[in-house]
Amino acid sequence: MPRDSLITSESDIDVGLELAGDEDEFSSHPEEHERERHRGKRREGDREKKKRGHGKRRKASRSREREEEVQARPDKRERERRRRAKSDRETGGRQRDEEGKAKIKSGKVAKTKKNITNEKTKKQEEEEESEDRNAKGKKKHGSAKKEEKQEDGGRHREKEKTKEVKKKKHKKVVETSSEQETSEQEDNGEEDNEEKEVRPESLTPEELERLKEAVDDRKKLIQVLRGKPWPMKKKLVTLRESQQFVEKYEGALGKGKGRKLYVYKVMMTKKWMKFQRDFENFRTACIPWEMKIKEIESHFGSSVASYFIFLRWMYGINMILFGLTFGLVMVPEALMGRPYGSIPRKTVPRAEEASAMDFAVLWDFGGYAQYSVLFYGYYNNQRAIGWLKFRMPLSYFLVGVGTVAYSYMVVIRTMARNANESGVGDDNSFNFSWKVFTSWDYLIGNPETADNKFASITTSFKEAILEEQESCKDDNIHLTRFLRVLANFLVLCCLAGSGYLIYFVVRRSQKFALDGLENHTWWERNEVNMVMSLLGMFCPMLFDVISALENYHPRVALQWQLGRIFALFLGNLYTFIIALMDEINLKREEENIVKFNITTWEASFYNGTVSENSTGLPFTVQPADVPRGPCWETMVGQEFVRLIISDTMTTYITLLIGDFLRAVFVRFLNHCWCWDLEAGFPSYSEFDVSGNVLGLIFNQGMIWMGAFYAPCLPALNVLRLHVSMYLQCWAVMCCNVPQERVFKASGSNNFYMAMLLVILFLSTLPAIYTIVTIPPSFDCGPFSGKKRMFDVIQETLESDFPAWFSKVFSYASNPGLVLPFILLMILAIYYLQSTSKSYKEANVELKKKLQTQNEENKKKNKRAALKAQMDLEEARKAAEQQQNNKASLQDQEADVEENHGSSQSLSHGKNGRNPPPHVRDQELPATRAPVPRTYHHGNHGTPGHLPGFPRQSEHRMYRVPSLQRH
Amino acid sequence: MGNKQTIFTDEQLDAYQVRHLQLHGRYHELAPHLVPMDYTKDPDCKLPLALIVNMPELKENPFRNRIVESFSEDGMGNLSFNEFVDMFSVLSEMAPRELKAIYAFKIYDFNVDNYLCKEDLEKTLNKLTKEELTPEEVELVCQKAIEEADLDGDNKLSFADFENMITRAPDFLR
Repeated sequence: MPRDSLITSESDIDVGLELAGDEDEFSSHPEEHERERHRGKRREGDREKKKRGHGKRRKASRSREREEEVQARPDKRERERRRRAKSDRETGGRQRDEEGKAKIKSGKVAKTKKNITNEKTKKQEEEEESEDRNAKGKKKHGSAKKEEKQEDGGRHREKEKTKEVKKKKHKKVVETSSEQETSEQEDNGEEDNEEKEVRPESLTPEELERLKEAVDDRKKLIQVLRGKPWPMKKKLVTLRESQQFVEKYEGALGKGKGRKLYVYKVMMTKKWMKFQRDFENFRTACIPWEMKIKEIESHFGSSVASYFIFLRWMYGINMILFGLTFGLVMVPEALMGRPYGSIPRKTVPRAEEASAMDFAVLWDFGGYAQYSVLFYGYYNNQRAIGWLKFRMPLSYFLVGVGTVAYSYMVVIRTMARNANESGVGDDNSFNFSWKVFTSWDYLIGNPETADNKFASITTSFKEAILEEQESCKDDNIHLTRFLRVLANFLVLCCLAGSGYLIYFVVRRSQKFALDGLENHTWWERNEVNMVMSLLGMFCPMLFDVISALENYHPRVALQWQLGRIFALFLGNLYTFIIALMDEINLKREEENIVKFNITTWEASFYNGTVSENSTGLPFTVQPADVPRGPCWETMVGQEFVRLIISDTMTTYITLLIGDFLRAVFVRFLNHCWCWDLEAGFPSYSEFDVSGNVLGLIFNQGMIWMGAFYAPCLPALNVLRLHVSMYLQCWAVMCCNVPQERVFKASGSNNFYMAMLLVILFLSTLPAIYTIVTIPPSFDCGPFSGKKRMFDVIQETLESDFPAWFSKVFSYASNPGLVLPFILLMILAIYYLQSTSKSYKEANVELKKKLQTQNEENKKKNKRAALKAQMDLEEARKAAEQQQNNKASLQDQEADVEENHGSSQSLSHGKNGRNPPPHVRDQELPATRAPVPRTYHHGNHGTPGHLPGFPRQSEHRMYRVPSLQRH
Repeated sequence: MGNKQTIFTDEQLDAYQVRHLQLHGRYHELAPHLVPMDYTKDPDCKLPLALIVNMPELKENPFRNRIVESFSEDGMGNLSFNEFVDMFSVLSEMAPRELKAIYAFKIYDFNVDNYLCKEDLEKTLNKLTKEELTPEEVELVCQKAIEEADLDGDNKLSFADFENMITRAPDFLR
């Protein structure tokens, strides 16, 4: 009451005050709730007393009643039903009410009001009932009353039993059950006052239905209970009673078998949920190097971390490639194929035997390493090996194809997913707010991590600020444009120069090769490699310097830089491939000579008998002594392996010298040097994201190119990446400094992927070219003796599949069928592309619409706020005027008016924010367990609304009537 | 609020009795001399803020004081056992998004005026970055944040604004 009046009198003056009042209410609300509950109990006690009093009278009149009971039963039944329906309706309304204002408001007003209304409703209901039975006598009226009492009592007992007094939300269910009980009691005779278990058999289907509904309601409540912003006490009570209720009546629903099944089902869902949660935890725990990367991210920002994430992703892919080649090619050959030394291709030739175990030779992947499962040449062309009849050549071919196919699939899928992520989420609409409110990781419990997190949050804010400034900045467009054009020109010059240099060097080396390598110096022999790595080292630096001219946003600058280095590396790679092709052609010429020699050698050996199969030699000749071809496939594989090794070494050595030694030098010589090393010239190095990413990508390209000829390449790469991960993590943490211009790299992820895709395509091209056009060597590898490598498919189709299959296949490979199919595919691609384009357009359109709507809303709200302010102003003026009037009136008739006024304000206070009393009367039932009835406009139940913080619109709603009254 | 809340004992109301005991153990641990072991009679005792913020789960949290304060009935940070359980249940990974949003709003509302105004944002920001940003930067960020999320144009964030913004955040409860 006091608060209520306070609010009504002040609400027209200031919203803020009202808010404060509400908040007070909120903070004190639990106590009040408690109080209310006590009050409820007390009232209940009162009722019990009353009932007892009535009980005496009841006993006296019972016999008489029973006589009448018989006649009145049908009537009563009907009445009963009607009442039940009505009470259901009422509870529904009440529930809604409750939903709206689950919070309890200042008690006294509510209580007094409630008492009044209770009485009123009681009277009303009595009237109703008397109307119902106009024809019946007064006695019947009395008995009806009594019955009502009894029902009340029944309800009461029920409540005591289940301890469900405190919650009125579930009143409905309680009531249904109690009513059932009463009806049962009626049937069984009224003096039965003992507690009774509900027997499911005795329930009618509709009652059962209702019970079921109630149980479902309870269950739903239990599920959502956790989401209710109530204090724990309230939750506890609600939960306990709901659970008890469910437990009690659930059994009644399912009988016999069904019940067991039901229990089982419930149990299983619980278990399944738990399992899912555990599995999720397990999965997150299984991500490798997560902590390391997080640590780096916290220190160096997301761009450096993105490199490591990319590295991890690559590692995963290489693991799978490694699994494929290792499990399906290397292991079967090693276990089931012919052992080492059994045939010429599996033996080190006599001439090399002496040095085959030397480290220098092994390091170059010659000697024993060359004649092992690591390289193409070792594999036999036997169609099926071992007791498993493993089709080795087929497996070799399919693994080669599968490696490439899998890589394509993974890269494209990742790209699509990234595009999805960046396409759908409207990332930038709440950029700063999200950063402010969601960046803290509430899991952190370790001081060091917390420090890291602080650092990373600060970094991310700086990134965001930088980006924001970047977007705001537009100074002298002409100058920047000119500078950018200039920079691109310079870069093009660089690229052209390096391309010419490589071309020149390669031509020179070819000349040297024709002369014979022995006549030349070390530099002349290794010129191509050296020039390539030198270019790879210095050109990026040059590009970096040039890109300073362009004045791009760091992210854009990074992309440009990446593109340029990409072009450079690509040039290098292709010159390498061209050189390799030349070498292959040389080897093939050599092979022809060797082939001829072998035939003559064999002819001499067999005295003129020509054997067409060189592997089927008589055992008198040692396999090591058999002359053999150069085997260009193994040579290619060796080249790639060497390249990978040297590349890895270069990376590691640059890392050690360029980063580690530099850091050591700067750190420890700083205090005995003439200038400040840390701030001045050498300083610490920054982590070069673009260079490292490109190195990784090109490395991967080489793996894809060479994996067909050297099955060991994926294994090597896995090793390399594994070591890289640890080494680079360590190097970054110990000798690099964070970049000065930190930026977020999430946008460039797909850029990496795109480059990877390009590289994948470019690296599969030469591999496919060699597989398709160059015939395999005649005496080494799984495809020896065939015209082309893919003949193995044909062979398998002919010998391993039924005849009809190969027929079908030959029909299917008919150009008449293939061409339309390709056409169809192109059409499908075109169709899909155009639909995706239109979707994208629609998406953009919708986004635009949403944005405009948002803006409009903002404007509207602003206008509304303004208007409300105006209203307020007016109202205040009006109030002032009224007061003035009042004052003048008071001057005239002081004492009379004073009394009147006070009473009026009192009534205002009572009704302040409540609907008029007569409205409530209809809602309020006559006989109702004592429940705290409150009227409060703060809505607890509506999801997403803060408890105790009423919405503004509601203020307005309530404020208006109070304004008018004044 | 946070992402996977694995440090916190997840509080399932289904298994409430068990968790209850664990949590009570934790609660008791904080102040053995204050908290009775016997909770059958619902004793009325409260722990002061200073004890609670020293729990390992909260120790490193920049908002620890605010968290405890917003869960306490009196707003001063004194928690009864029920409020303590309450806090853990909201902070657990099992708690639904809406609930977290409600309490997150309370936590970030430093001056308890039911709006997140510039001061609140500044305080939040300074706590998040250990005051390593310059005042201009802080100013810029606050202004931007309000600009983004404020839908009704009153230069402060009401709960509706906050909820609208936070429920779309990718990092919020994931």
